[in-house]
Amino acid sequence: MLTLVGLVLIAIAAPMLLPDPLAQPDILQGVNQPPGAKHWFGTDQLSRDVLSRVVTGARISLTIAFLAVAVSVTLGAMVGLVAGYWGGWVDAVLMRIVDGALAIPRLFVLLLVVAAWESLPLLVFILLLGTTGWFGTSRLIRGEVLRLKQEPYVRAAEALGAHRIRIVLRHLLPNTAGPLLVAATLGVGNVVLLEAGLSFLGVGVRPPTPTWGGMILDSQEILFVAPWTSIFPGLAIVITVLAVNLFGDALREAVDPRHA
Amino acid sequence: MTAPVLEVRDLRIAFPTRTGDFARPVDGVSFILHRGETLALVGESGCGKTLTSLALLRLVPAPGRIEPGSRLDFEGRDIMGLDADELRAIRGKDIAMVFQDPMSSLNPVFTAGAQIIETIKAHESESTKAARDRALGLLREVGISDPELRIDQYPHEMSGGMRQRVMIAMALATEPGVLIADEPTTALDVTVQAQILEILDRLREIRGLAVLLITHDLGIVANRADRVAVMYAGRIVEEASTRTLFEAPSHPYTQGLLESVPRLTGPVQSLKPIPGTVPDPARWPAGCRFHPRCPKVMARCRAEDPSRLALADGHHMACWLAEETAR
Amino acid sequence: MTRWLIGRTAQAAITFLVAAVLMFFLMRLTPGDPLARLMGDRPMTSEEVATLRGLYGLDQPLPSQFTRFVAGLAQGDLGTSIEYRTPVTTLIRQRLPASLLLGGTVLLLNFTLGVWLGALQAVRLGKPLDRWLSTISLAGFAVPSFWLGLILAWLVGIKWQLLPALGMIDPLLPASAGLGARSLDIARHLILPAFTLSVVSIAATMRYQRTAMIDALREPYVRTARAKGLSERRVIWRHAWRTSLFPVITLFGLWLPIVVTGSVFVEHVFNWPGLGSLTAKAISGRDYPVIMGASLLAASLVVGGGWLTDVAYAALDPRTRRAQ
Repeated sequence: MLTLVGLVLIAIAAPMLLPDPLAQPDILQGVNQPPGAKHWFGTDQLSRDVLSRVVTGARISLTIAFLAVAVSVTLGAMVGLVAGYWGGWVDAVLMRIVDGALAIPRLFVLLLVVAAWESLPLLVFILLLGTTGWFGTSRLIRGEVLRLKQEPYVRAAEALGAHRIRIVLRHLLPNTAGPLLVAATLGVGNVVLLEAGLSFLGVGVRPPTPTWGGMILDSQEILFVAPWTSIFPGLAIVITVLAVNLFGDALREAVDPRHA
Repeated sequence: MTAPVLEVRDLRIAFPTRTGDFARPVDGVSFILHRGETLALVGESGCGKTLTSLALLRLVPAPGRIEPGSRLDFEGRDIMGLDADELRAIRGKDIAMVFQDPMSSLNPVFTAGAQIIETIKAHESESTKAARDRALGLLREVGISDPELRIDQYPHEMSGGMRQRVMIAMALATEPGVLIADEPTTALDVTVQAQILEILDRLREIRGLAVLLITHDLGIVANRADRVAVMYAGRIVEEASTRTLFEAPSHPYTQGLLESVPRLTGPVQSLKPIPGTVPDPARWPAGCRFHPRCPKVMARCRAEDPSRLALADGHHMACWLAEETAR
Repeated sequence: MTRWLIGRTAQAAITFLVAAVLMFFLMRLTPGDPLARLMGDRPMTSEEVATLRGLYGLDQPLPSQFTRFVAGLAQGDLGTSIEYRTPVTTLIRQRLPASLLLGGTVLLLNFTLGVWLGALQAVRLGKPLDRWLSTISLAGFAVPSFWLGLILAWLVGIKWQLLPALGMIDPLLPASAGLGARSLDIARHLILPAFTLSVVSIAATMRYQRTAMIDALREPYVRTARAKGLSERRVIWRHAWRTSLFPVITLFGLWLPIVVTGSVFVEHVFNWPGLGSLTAKAISGRDYPVIMGASLLAASLVVGGGWLTDVAYAALDPRTRRAQ
């Protein structure tokens, strides 16, 4: 939890902390410098400061992850609420589609689409990550709604003639907030890994925008002379995802005592 | 009365609570079980009777533990002082247990026979063949027809009554001296209940077993037990021969229990449930633990804990009324 | 039983079909012509492009493209690779053994070591061992496989020269080398990729087994087993563990796709000649038929794995087996 807050703070405060937010080349110090007093994390093959790039990468990666998860959680909640509450053929059709979509590993869904773009605008990339991540969430929310539908207060609201949309918004949505929050948290970790993977394959965020995955891709050729260019962005990913997942676990236990 | 086989003195079981304190769902239980008799331990759910029975084999689930100072003697041996191997040798071999729900208490992935044979082989060096023959004999003894078919069946293929028979057969496999039966009939139909109790009774007579019958149902106790110990809030509040207890219940709690049981004989009375609920083990009431629900509560009951007093030979109770009577 | 099986199989078929249709539209959703991107990557005359366009039916309207796609799928025709100019099915068949070897090794590791560690955690619930293993496995979950692979290839393969870091067979191995030498060579090449893939995936098995085992240890029949005087080892590993294995079977089906999907990065980094590295190369080469073929294969493994899980569950659990 503390780690997470720290990471977000660093990401937000990065431009203030570092005089060199764009990680401009430091020609004087030279390329592939090992970590030292001037460059704590060393420099890369273009003599850019690795620390600055890791920190700027945090901004990019976390922004992408949060936005993408916001999209997918919204979509997942909507589809789950509709399928669960309306039921009948709407539910049947939606869930068959979700089944089919869940059958394709998310990486492949993304590869199929992403590979075709000439140059991927960041916003489109975020939307793609978001629109491919809601299938599982919709399943989860649908299950919750099916359970909640049997609750006396929902039945009472129905008996009183409350409008369907009102029931969904007033009674069902607030009660699914817990599981939704857990799904969102774990989703963030997932997206950070996915984005890094795609950038590593060269189909995610394009250079020169620093992302952790992209930095590891760049460092591949100079791994033997400058391993720090790979180690630090990798560690950044591990720490971020681990912190997010630990937080998600704690959240799950708090929200759903059955899993404690 | 014959020699005592099992002697329990001042048994206390503690569970740590969230606040760092301890709850004592069993708090100073003492009783003696004699050879060939059935002692019934009666009380509402939550009174600590099941935990008491588990403690006899040191099976109290973690994080609970039996507190030092508790004494458990089996035929003169101190159960508290046994190491893991000695304990294992007594479990199932000398003291056997039959549990409440025969569905979940039998392992669903092993056949009835495998579970009985396993018990025999855990304690005796028998060949599988000989153990199987003994298992067949046991199944016959507990009244299972067609044991050759049943021995290779899984628990889910049997009726509830049959599963409980298998449990009893398994418990008796190594001829124990003590049988602890924890609510053995609660999960069963009324007609099957009678059959199971009949079997337990017969086996007790034939084998000279000592039976500790744990139940919330006084109706069962009336015909089957020699003596009854009534538990409330982690303690035994009254103990007497079954006859005495039913004819002259002395503790207000026992009286309340008897009034809440429907009777088939005698004049029709209205059933009177005891008001209130069993208190939380983490916060036992001060003074007598029954005082908040007691119809005969006195000022003294709220402040002082009554000690155990003999009313007559073999009839004890923990209630201030006992002193009033004695005076 | 038969009716249930038919129903479950039909459900699997429908799911796969939906997945295939989704994939088709995903590819076509992309703005512009897929071949336009191709022309940017390599020099091509307009005639060549036209030929390719005809070859892939891109000159036809969308509905007829779709019909073509479904018809091809039904005949097991996944199209022809742009890069290799060979049918995708042939490519997949060539690459499959290497992926099966890697994926199979990882599955074996996860389902022996992972199951054992998870069960051990449940037995030591809340103790330091449990907490350490939880943290370590979660950390493994957070590690990007390509990064771990790179670091290991660099450290173990290059710096310390302990194990080969690239490929599956030493190119310098004489053709006359016997089967033993060959197997040993492949095994040495297998260690790093298999280890990497296992580290990043074993957490799921461990956590699943841990939960299942915690539940099993709380079952009344475990208490019965103790009350019978069985040894603690027998109580834990025979009575509790055996019943806790059933839920874990579910995971096996979920992990089957690892053979193709999980290994895209790892195979790519270690240059393992399997489906994963084929896919990774196809991405940079914009070799759509190959990406499509790999995706279809992955989807069929997901669906098939789910089917297999349910069937195995039904066949193995005596409760359902005898209930017929």
